[in-house]
Amino acid sequence: MSATITTRQVGDVTVIDAAGKITLGEGAAMLRDQVKTLLAAGNKKILINLGEVNYIDSSGIGELVSSFTTVSNQGGQLKLLNLTKRVHDLLQITKLYTVFEIHDDEAKAVRSFS
Amino acid sequence: MPGTTETLLDSNLESVDSAENMAVDAAKTLGMDEDTCMDLGLAVREAMVNAVGHGNKYSPDKKVRYILDTRSDSLHITISDQGEGFDPNRVPDPTQGENLLRGGGRGLLLIQTFVDEFEVRKSASGGAEVKIVKYAN
Repeated sequence: MSATITTRQVGDVTVIDAAGKITLGEGAAMLRDQVKTLLAAGNKKILINLGEVNYIDSSGIGELVSSFTTVSNQGGQLKLLNLTKRVHDLLQITKLYTVFEIHDDEAKAVRSFS
Repeated sequence: MPGTTETLLDSNLESVDSAENMAVDAAKTLGMDEDTCMDLGLAVREAMVNAVGHGNKYSPDKKVRYILDTRSDSLHITISDQGEGFDPNRVPDPTQGENLLRGGGRGLLLIQTFVDEFEVRKSASGGAEVKIVKYAN
């Protein structure tokens, strides 16, 4: 399954629903472009829903990290929602699990943004 | 089915997908479960991305040599590029604090995590030659 990236607004938080493969040449670039577009539009509270992401490679992980850094550097917040077991395991292996704020309940995640 | 195939692949992302698919298909024939197939596929993907990108720099003039050796109990995959080679011991540890927020550099870590044996050496042409072994157990 190829990647799909869609956005929706929940209050002042933008939720990015990612699905499929987040890999070099597929979802990673789409995710980067989407985050850039949101930042350019002034949306700095970003929640990435990875619940339908069944595959991610090091490029996809790197894109999550780069997006996190870019958003943080612009005074925003980027958090993750609904990790699949696969993504969860990869974030643990790469020790990024402690870098990201990770949620499994969307309503609570949205409320957590300051 | 035991046997060895050797393929010369172009230095592009389509080759990354092809190599991954060939490895996963071979793993399935050995009865590896879905998670194990995905682990191996990811490792091959990372090695191929290194070969076509870091090694061959996506040059249309350079190829990746992909050898898939299917044995009764294991898969032995060799991926050789025509770049300048690299020393894996000089690749920064991506899990260390100062590297944690870097956008890249996690490929080798994932390969080492998901395969049973992993070796990097210089190929005959001077590029990097990565050997991956995954056992069906």
